[in-house]
Amino acid sequence: MWRYIGRKLGIYTITFVIAVTINWMIPRFMPGDPVRSMLNRASVSDPEALERMSDYYEGVFGVDAPLHEQYLNFWAGLLRGDLGISAWLYPEPVADIILRAVPFTLGLLLPAIILSWIVGNYVGAFAARSKVLDNTVLPVGYILTATPYMWLALLLAWALGVVGGFFPAAGGYSFALTPSFTWPFISNLLTHWFLPFLSMFIVALGGWAIGMRNMIIYELEADYSNYLQALGAPRRLIRRYAFRNAMLPQITGLAVQLGTIISGALLTEIVFNYPGLGMLILNALNNRDYFILQGAFLFVVIGVLIANFIIDIIYVLVDPRTRVQMTGGAS
Amino acid sequence: MSNVAGAPGADAATPAEPVAERGRSEILHFAGRNPKLLIGAGVVLTLLLTGLIGPLFVDHGPNEYIGPKNQPPSGEYWLGTTSFGQDIWAQFVYGLRSTFMIGALGGGIAFLLGTTIGFLAGYKGGIVDEILNLITNVVLVLPTLVVLIVAVSYLQVEGLLVQGLFIGLTSWPWAARAVRSQALTLANRDYVDLARLSGRRTWRIITSEIAPNMSSYLMMSFILLFGGAILIAAGLDFIGLGPAGGVSLGLMLESSMQWSALQLGLWWWFIPPGAGITAIVGSMYILNVGLDEVFNPKLREL
Repeated sequence: MWRYIGRKLGIYTITFVIAVTINWMIPRFMPGDPVRSMLNRASVSDPEALERMSDYYEGVFGVDAPLHEQYLNFWAGLLRGDLGISAWLYPEPVADIILRAVPFTLGLLLPAIILSWIVGNYVGAFAARSKVLDNTVLPVGYILTATPYMWLALLLAWALGVVGGFFPAAGGYSFALTPSFTWPFISNLLTHWFLPFLSMFIVALGGWAIGMRNMIIYELEADYSNYLQALGAPRRLIRRYAFRNAMLPQITGLAVQLGTIISGALLTEIVFNYPGLGMLILNALNNRDYFILQGAFLFVVIGVLIANFIIDIIYVLVDPRTRVQMTGGAS
Repeated sequence: MSNVAGAPGADAATPAEPVAERGRSEILHFAGRNPKLLIGAGVVLTLLLTGLIGPLFVDHGPNEYIGPKNQPPSGEYWLGTTSFGQDIWAQFVYGLRSTFMIGALGGGIAFLLGTTIGFLAGYKGGIVDEILNLITNVVLVLPTLVVLIVAVSYLQVEGLLVQGLFIGLTSWPWAARAVRSQALTLANRDYVDLARLSGRRTWRIITSEIAPNMSSYLMMSFILLFGGAILIAAGLDFIGLGPAGGVSLGLMLESSMQWSALQLGLWWWFIPPGAGITAIVGSMYILNVGLDEVFNPKLREL
């Protein structure tokens, strides 16, 4: 078991190093002078600020230092939690700005992922091998997975927000309220949260339902299912066994789908003007604030790696075979 | 050499079926009566034709300001106009064209990369497998869209080709994994050993002995990559990192969002492009299920 986890940790460490290296490389090896173009794009009118920023960027990019030294400095800064200073919100450190946005994104992502996974699994399990349900769940599921996240978000914002007026269609909370732990603020937060959550939940649901349906059909063809059926075991019991087996690939699927769902969250946030990482990335792009972009990239990568690791551990806990194999010495 | 590939006819129960030896007519027979395949292919072809032929009947550019502003769909402007007076139908048909293009480009590049890496890893094994597997796992974990946002924002995409290249370079890993596991099961078959003994080059063995025996599988992964590339491209376009000055369904969504079609109630601006993407990708997925049922006899009895 420890070997398995160690191996995974190794892969994640390498991924992290590569992500940081990409982050370091892109601005340095792109054609043109990054400092100049950054300053041109960051529309700062105050000459004093411009000079300070120019000095700062020169220092950060370390134009005169040799490449390997620049690379090591980059890592040193990173390990101190120093992601640079934003050009868009000038004197603020990028790390602070990102940390302010992360709770909103996580608040959308975690419930959407977990609930859609659970509900999708059940829907898929019920749909498998029952003609009527299958013929509706399958096409609907495929159409949902094919739906661009932002389009469903637009539809919901339009239908339930703008036209229906049931929920606010933009923002993370009313600007009339100041963030606090009072009931009016929290309920306001929740009404703003609901539509983006719903849209992500619905899109993600389709994929899980289809995956589960396919796995259940596969499991129902396995020898143990046939044997149970021959013994006259009730349908429910066979299904329960099949469900538990079909669950394992779905857990792996969770890790694989993570990237897609995160990008879905970013796009959904943009539609709803929700103050999470997606909105931050859009603002950073519009203001050409590359430090925020790179910082957000690192945060997302770290988040994905942590989530992957948690999923790996859950997998080991859920599937006894991996444990036996790992401790039994058979590689 | 075709009789070598046809030799293991007894292996009918294995997942990767030799397609060539079962009659083409049998496949066509099942394909012709599979509703999923027919509906999926029908929708995809209709939209493809619309994208190919539609622009020929539009006598003005998709981004030209030609008509009255904010018009709902009517006989003259089939899908209405934007708040600048652009014809949304014109944008839609041109957008369909570039959406198929980006799917073919991005999906195609990803397919080439993924299958090459998957075949090499699965067939060669050993250290090659270890290294390629590591690369695959690393790229698999990196969230595609976010990597693309950082890369594209610095490098400034001009045109579909570059966008397709970027998408292809980042979305191949799962295909590589899937192909690798299939190639792994085929690599030790007798006929592959025979080909190896006869001194053929690795590349020849892969293309003439292994690949044809999983052609249905390869076709299905290409379709999935195609759909995936379309969705990623739409996401990039929506953030504003699409090809500058181009037309695509994603860019239509972006401009409708940017010019607050939502608040102004211009539903005809943002519903068609999203519906187009969903229809293309969704019917491709359904087509894929149909293909699976046609090629895989186990699923046919359903």
